[in-house]
Amino acid sequence: MGDPHLKPVEYDFIGARERVEAKRKSAGEKLTSLEEAVARVRDGDHVGVGGCLFSRTPMALMREILRHRRRGLTLARNLTCNEGELFMAAGAASRIVTAWMSIGLPWGVSKILRHYVESGAVALEEWSHLALGLRFRAGAMGVPFLPALTMLGSDLVGVGGLKTVQDPYTGETLAAVPALFPDVALLHVHRADRFGNCQIDGYPHMDADIARAATTVLVTTEEIVSEEETRRYPDRTVIPGFVVDALVHVPFGSFPHECYALYEADYDHFAEYTAAIDARGPAAVGEYLERYVYGPPAWSDYLDLFGGERLALQAKRAKELTR
Amino acid sequence: MTERFNAAELLAVIAARQLHDDTTVFAGVGVPLLAAALAKRRHAPRLTMVIEGGIIGPQIAPGRLPVSTNEMRAGHRATMLPSITDAFLFAQRGFVDVGFMGGAQIDQYGNINTSVLGPDYWHPKVRLPGTGGANDIASLCREVIIVTAHEKRRFVERVDFITSPAWLRGDGSRRAAGLRFGGVSRVVTTLGILGFDPDSKRMRIEATHPGVSTDTVRGNTGFPLLEAPRVEVTEPPSDDELAMLRALDPERRFLGT
Repeated sequence: MGDPHLKPVEYDFIGARERVEAKRKSAGEKLTSLEEAVARVRDGDHVGVGGCLFSRTPMALMREILRHRRRGLTLARNLTCNEGELFMAAGAASRIVTAWMSIGLPWGVSKILRHYVESGAVALEEWSHLALGLRFRAGAMGVPFLPALTMLGSDLVGVGGLKTVQDPYTGETLAAVPALFPDVALLHVHRADRFGNCQIDGYPHMDADIARAATTVLVTTEEIVSEEETRRYPDRTVIPGFVVDALVHVPFGSFPHECYALYEADYDHFAEYTAAIDARGPAAVGEYLERYVYGPPAWSDYLDLFGGERLALQAKRAKELTR
Repeated sequence: MTERFNAAELLAVIAARQLHDDTTVFAGVGVPLLAAALAKRRHAPRLTMVIEGGIIGPQIAPGRLPVSTNEMRAGHRATMLPSITDAFLFAQRGFVDVGFMGGAQIDQYGNINTSVLGPDYWHPKVRLPGTGGANDIASLCREVIIVTAHEKRRFVERVDFITSPAWLRGDGSRRAAGLRFGGVSRVVTTLGILGFDPDSKRMRIEATHPGVSTDTVRGNTGFPLLEAPRVEVTEPPSDDELAMLRALDPERRFLGT
């Protein structure tokens, strides 16, 4: 049974500041392997996950964490998709901090979510979408909370332990949305140079805030560009290199989820996945883990399970959709 | 109801009529987004849609309806893609006139539950997906319109869990909780349009769809409904409205069969 309640370490801005001050903030080489990057994740860590639902999910990093058989993790993500189900079924996550969880409307309420949360095996701590965004933003700003006008009066207040604050100027009651300083951020971006300067196309989601809020930042990128390329378009950089600890070059690093303009999410794969769960229950996720996570050693082996034709088709669709 | 249209089509058309030109709307995927897209094409060309995934001003393409608020289809020809946090902050600042939302369970004060069924949040009878941005839309938009099928099991006296606050327990309780703005103004259903008594904030019948009696509305509601001084009858969807709506969803992804 995971511990559902907000922990002081999540909003301890002084400790979080000290951890960043003590950190090596290098403008040097960040390129490494998935294995080496993920070795920085420890059992029990609070892991902030970038992207949103099935968009720009850091799937390669998450798969590698599962392969490392980490335990007792908390996953914080604004909208949680089937990557969260994999972490539940693998016994890797005991707590999910999110605003919403399921694959998406057409696939219905997640049976895996229901199985693990209704039994109390995994705690699902629900915050509103904006409140979770503000938790990461407060973290990015280095402050313990942000005042806001959301979540007040609802029963969500009691779930996460949201407190209110009286505005010292007008006397009004405001939500005091607590900061969230994750131990680790997992992010997938469109391009980066080898020093970790990252650029994202399309939806920014919450990635830039999550990167600044976390102590350790692990990034995968679709493309490695030259330093010259970064310096030519510095306005497009959303995460500076000194924030990033490890960078891995992983084309199709979100698959079967989408990466804006590069490839569409594989809805047929979602349909196969949910059909297997409908037929065989949660055991189907165990089979999925064997086939897609524990089995294929490298990310390229994993992609081979989908096949080049499927990847090319999803890439073609993304181009059509963003033309 | 006649067989000229189904329940989803009726909902989308009646919901679309609630939107006015030169305004902004926060719309979730499914029928709410279809309704907003219909309004923009038909009578509100200067309506701006804001979508939760961090999208402002999309032009939803016929046959390319998004299945989530943050996939590529949702941002088709958008004018801006802010971060998700910043998209919601436009609403907190007061820039969003109408929030359009659905609901799993709704009570007599318009509060919505999309989190858990059963009394114990940590050991729920049924775990639902959660708030997503619904709580924020309900808290921050100038006005909220709920769009939902009218079924007795959805319209309950008290929701198990208030995910998205409307009038809470009436009697100024919304204001007392610190929710300074907004609130649910109308509930568009498959049987009619419900509103709220200005004083008690309890739900009341304001209009019925053609051929639907107030008794039928009451019979499909799990709590006593008040009645507006004058109960109107809605105009049925026109051929023109239906044609435009159906063109948006030729695959019948959200309009159904």
